[in-house]
Amino acid sequence: MSQVIDTPTPAANATATLVCAAADIVPNTGVCALVGGRHIAIFRVVDATGRDRFHAIDNIDPKNGASVLSRGLVGNLGDDIVVASPLYKHHFVLATGACIENTEWSVQAHPVEVREGQVWVSLA
Amino acid sequence: MKIVVIGHGMVGHKFLESLAESGLQGADVTVLCEEPRPAYDRVHLSEFFAGKSAQDLSVVEPGFFERTGFTLRLAARAAHIERRTNTVTTVDGETFSYDKLVLATGSNPFVPPVPGRDRSHCFVYRTIEDLEAMKASGLISKSGVVVGGGLLGLECAKSLRDMGLDTHVVEFAPRLMAVQVDEGGGRVLRHKIEAMGLHVHTSRNTVEIVDGREARHRMVFADGSHLETDMIVFSAGIRPRDELARQCLLAVGARGGIAIDNHCRTSDRNVYAIGECAAWNDQTFGLVAPGYDMARVAAKHIAGDTEANFAGADMSTKLKLMGVDVASIGDAQGKTPHCLSYQYVDELKQIYKKIVVSADGKQLLGAVLVGHADEYGTLLQMALNGITLPADPEFLILPSSDGKAKPGLGVDALPDSAQICSCNNVSKGQIGAAVGNGVCTIGEMKACTKAGATCGGCVPLVTQVMKAEMATRGMAVNNHLCEHFAYSRQELYHLIRVGQIKTFDELLAKHGKGLGCDVCKPTAASIFASVWNDFVLKPQLASLQDSNDYYLGNIQKDGTYSVVPRMAGGEVTPDGLIAVGQVAKKYGLYTKITGGQRVDLFGARVEQLPLIWEELIAAGFESGHAYGKSLRTVKSCVGSTWCRYGVGDSVGLAVELENRYKGLRAPHKIKFGVSGCTRECAEAQGKDIGIIATEKGWNLYVCGNGGMKPRHAELFASDLSKEELVRLIDRVLMFYVRTADRLQRTSTWRENLEGGLAYLQDVIINDSLGLCAELEAQMQHVVDTYQCEWKTAVTTPEVRQRFRSFVNSEQVDQTVRFVRERGQIRPALPEEREQAATSALDA
Repeated sequence: MSQVIDTPTPAANATATLVCAAADIVPNTGVCALVGGRHIAIFRVVDATGRDRFHAIDNIDPKNGASVLSRGLVGNLGDDIVVASPLYKHHFVLATGACIENTEWSVQAHPVEVREGQVWVSLA
Repeated sequence: MKIVVIGHGMVGHKFLESLAESGLQGADVTVLCEEPRPAYDRVHLSEFFAGKSAQDLSVVEPGFFERTGFTLRLAARAAHIERRTNTVTTVDGETFSYDKLVLATGSNPFVPPVPGRDRSHCFVYRTIEDLEAMKASGLISKSGVVVGGGLLGLECAKSLRDMGLDTHVVEFAPRLMAVQVDEGGGRVLRHKIEAMGLHVHTSRNTVEIVDGREARHRMVFADGSHLETDMIVFSAGIRPRDELARQCLLAVGARGGIAIDNHCRTSDRNVYAIGECAAWNDQTFGLVAPGYDMARVAAKHIAGDTEANFAGADMSTKLKLMGVDVASIGDAQGKTPHCLSYQYVDELKQIYKKIVVSADGKQLLGAVLVGHADEYGTLLQMALNGITLPADPEFLILPSSDGKAKPGLGVDALPDSAQICSCNNVSKGQIGAAVGNGVCTIGEMKACTKAGATCGGCVPLVTQVMKAEMATRGMAVNNHLCEHFAYSRQELYHLIRVGQIKTFDELLAKHGKGLGCDVCKPTAASIFASVWNDFVLKPQLASLQDSNDYYLGNIQKDGTYSVVPRMAGGEVTPDGLIAVGQVAKKYGLYTKITGGQRVDLFGARVEQLPLIWEELIAAGFESGHAYGKSLRTVKSCVGSTWCRYGVGDSVGLAVELENRYKGLRAPHKIKFGVSGCTRECAEAQGKDIGIIATEKGWNLYVCGNGGMKPRHAELFASDLSKEELVRLIDRVLMFYVRTADRLQRTSTWRENLEGGLAYLQDVIINDSLGLCAELEAQMQHVVDTYQCEWKTAVTTPEVRQRFRSFVNSEQVDQTVRFVRERGQIRPALPEEREQAATSALDA
């Protein structure tokens, strides 16, 4: 399996937290991790070339405060790779955390890095 | 201006609607209605027996009288008109004065003056009250006779048959529907109707009705023969109700009816008459479309539009009588001098078609179609618009043997002014305009223009015009699922089944593009489940599932899930109920009884779900699939086992059906109901599939719905054995699964089926598409491969390990907070969060 390090910026070793093995995340789904007390959704998305891409955004849906975004369906809308909130189906761009339907609901994206099969997240 | 309307039937109400639209200011409008309820759809009266309520049949949109300020007086029968003082007096002695008076009194059923006609259990077929009385009589009768083999008489005969009576039709004329069809058509119609088990007696003149020996009545005929029956319904034509007009010396037509001019005015300038009570050029009209026309003309005229003219009406008609298509256009009998005709008869399939053309062979004058009437729309438009016939007009009615298309009229040939829907006077131009405003389904078209919304006969033509209009506007009928698949759900279903596709990756590679999304993934997952029925959480399928299907629970607003164990038919043992209670108590779950007769446990966090289910499974429960677009529940009443009125074992059947169809995934959720008698305590007619026990078996109703847009289910088939019932349900459900759009409930699916209920019956009962064996086999596959998803989930370690709040911690999700209310937990409100507990047990 090849891994691609993804946006926003590679995690710095010192501040990154090891959350799980890449294999712990079913392809094209997400998991939630506690990183420094914060709920972070981490997604493993298989891109068009068959390579794994990892993304991390806040797990709490600002629309009503429930910690659920990791449980949404991932996919693409145009050029954006997105997750749909399982509650009201509004979409978040995984690379930036921007909410497509209403920017007021946008969340923070976080740097995530995979090294030797381990997923590391640092808070943005 | 004071306007009084006498009569609130379909035409009377159309007048009110037209008046409201006319923009007439300051009108003080009072409607006197002798019936106890507002105007209802008499055209579809027989549907009252098929489960529609008086409310369903109403033609008054909610809030109409509040919005317009018009006053409706129910059970207020006008007794007298005083033209000198411009007043109307009711039987209760109340007096109303008017500036303009509109008579919309309709007609009375004609009852031949036969001695014994007023015996008990003798009825007419006109109002909901008449139908209620017939229904009550039907329950204590074995046989029934309809006197009159016309259009209404045959409708009525269908109702008697649906009530399970041995049904006879007695007609004075030598053939059925003597007005609309010719001898050849009448013969085919009779064969078809007799083949359905009805008895037809033509050329029978009833001379008296006396006590019967075997049944309640004996009808004695002029030829000395007789017929015994328990109930009689007279439906031998109608007579205009012109007695109020005669009383106050208004002019009447030579054959009855209140004489009117082109503005629908009577011999008194301040009095109008519209609908079946009116006679225009000595002609009365027993159809709703001309009545509506008159209503519009009268309203416009009163509002000051002196140009509004009634110019007669086309009496062409198309209907389905007990599943038999019958259509009649223009000069059906060929009475025009020197006219010629072409006929086609297929005695095997019982089809009769005739066209009547002008002497020069260029114009279509009339037509009769029995047994198959698809050409009706084309022929009618040809006749109405004087379109020149093709060189060989016979091909218009001959079946195309070599696959060549019939000489169509091509809707493009029609002028924009061509009236497509005669009931609601909708032209081709208006349909085009609606398409321009974005309408692109027949359901939307009906709602927006009312085209096809009354008798439904023009729906195929409306559809044709709509699609042609969309094509000219370059609007491809885009029912593509999403940006990843340029296919409708129905097409995708076909691709998956025929191409043996079992994974989303393969589907995407072969037929789609991109990565997929939250629209196409669950749709594909649902189709995979319907077709192959593999475990939904197996590796290739898991990532396609919506949160509900991924966690096998219903996600709630706070991110917790609810848990619903199956209780087939709503049946649960005390031990089972105790076990559910103990689990709920142990995990502190909020407990509520659902509308589907089972128990819903709320407030479970993801990591608790497998533990909870392990305990429920150990107590004998299985998944209730409350989270899926799948079969939910089969609601039942207690039935004949306990109920003193029950005639069928509704609980037994409900349990059996729920166990048969549990786990079936579909475009949307599916609910059943089974009632043990016609009291209908299980509310089966509000369900996708409804079943009601009869003395002879089970009646099947389909495509009902509660919820946002309630719809009564329609009677689909009667007096079925259990085996027949299951076979029909297998077919209907699989046909729905195959052909519905994503997230389309059966009710909307049914509304959008172009051929309506009759088409569905044709496909499912008569196997007109040759699909039924396949549908049954597919359902059997789903039944045979059923598994309790929760059982598989808790015993499969790689699946089970996904049920956790955090991938890197055993901590409890601190965002989930509960407070206590009425002895149970509920999610904390934002302002309560700080003090609220994170564990349900501490709340």
